[in-house]
Amino acid sequence: MMRRAALAVAFALAANAAFAAGIGDPAPAFALRDAHGDTLSLERLRGQVVYVDFWASWCGPCRRSFPWMNELQRRYGDRGLTIVAINVDKNAADAARFLERNPAMFAVAYDQAGVTPLAYSVRDMPSSYLIDSRGKVVEVEHGFHDERKGPLEQRIQALLAAR
Amino acid sequence: MRSSELLARPVRLPRHWAGIAMIILLSGCSTMQPPKPWEKGQLAKPEMQFDADPTDARLADHIYTSKEAGSGGRGVGGGGCGCN
Repeated sequence: MMRRAALAVAFALAANAAFAAGIGDPAPAFALRDAHGDTLSLERLRGQVVYVDFWASWCGPCRRSFPWMNELQRRYGDRGLTIVAINVDKNAADAARFLERNPAMFAVAYDQAGVTPLAYSVRDMPSSYLIDSRGKVVEVEHGFHDERKGPLEQRIQALLAAR
Repeated sequence: MRSSELLARPVRLPRHWAGIAMIILLSGCSTMQPPKPWEKGQLAKPEMQFDADPTDARLADHIYTSKEAGSGGRGVGGGGCGCN
C-alpha cells in the first residue's frame, strides 16, 4: 500500500518535470494549425533559431509586442530566425479581429485547446521562449518589457552567428 | 408489519458512513483549479472588472473620500512616499 502510494507520488513528480520548459531544457514539440490551415511543427524548424510567443487577443502587452516581433522577423528572418506566435484564444474570431488591427508578419499558429502553453508551463501572458538551432530553450520571457528588447535582440544575434 | 411502520422506521447506517460521505463530497472541491494564465480571456473583459467605468469609479471614490474624511484604501497603495 505504502509502496503504491510512493510510486504514485513519484509518477506525479515525473509528470510535473516533463511539463516544464526552463532554460536548458529541450523545447516541447508542437504541431499546430496555422492561418492557412497548414501544420506548423517545431520539429521542422530544427536548425533555425525559433522565437515562440504565446499571445491572446485580450492581452494588452501582446498588442505592444507585435510591432517588435514584426521588426525582428523582418531584420533576421533571412538569417535564420523564425518567430512563431501561438494564439491561445478560445474564440478564433477574437484572434482574427486582433490580427486585423495588429498585422503579423511572422508565423501565427492556433492552439485553442491550450495544450502547448501547458507543455511550456506558461506563467504569464505573453510568454516567449527563445529556442536555439538544436531545439534547446535558451531564454524564457515572462510578459513583454521594453527594457528586454535590447538584450533579447543581442541574444538572437549571437544565436544566429553561432548557428 | 404494516407499510406505514416500515416508513416510520429510521434508516440505520453505521456512524462512520457520514464521515465517508463527507470526504467524498468534499473531495469534489479539490478538483477546482484556478484558470491557467492563458485561460483568462473571460476575466480580462472590461465588464469583469470591479470598476468597469473609470468615471463612475472616480466619482464614487471622491464621494467616499469626502464622507469618510480619509483617502486611499481603494486598490494598491503607492511606493511608500507618504503622499496621496
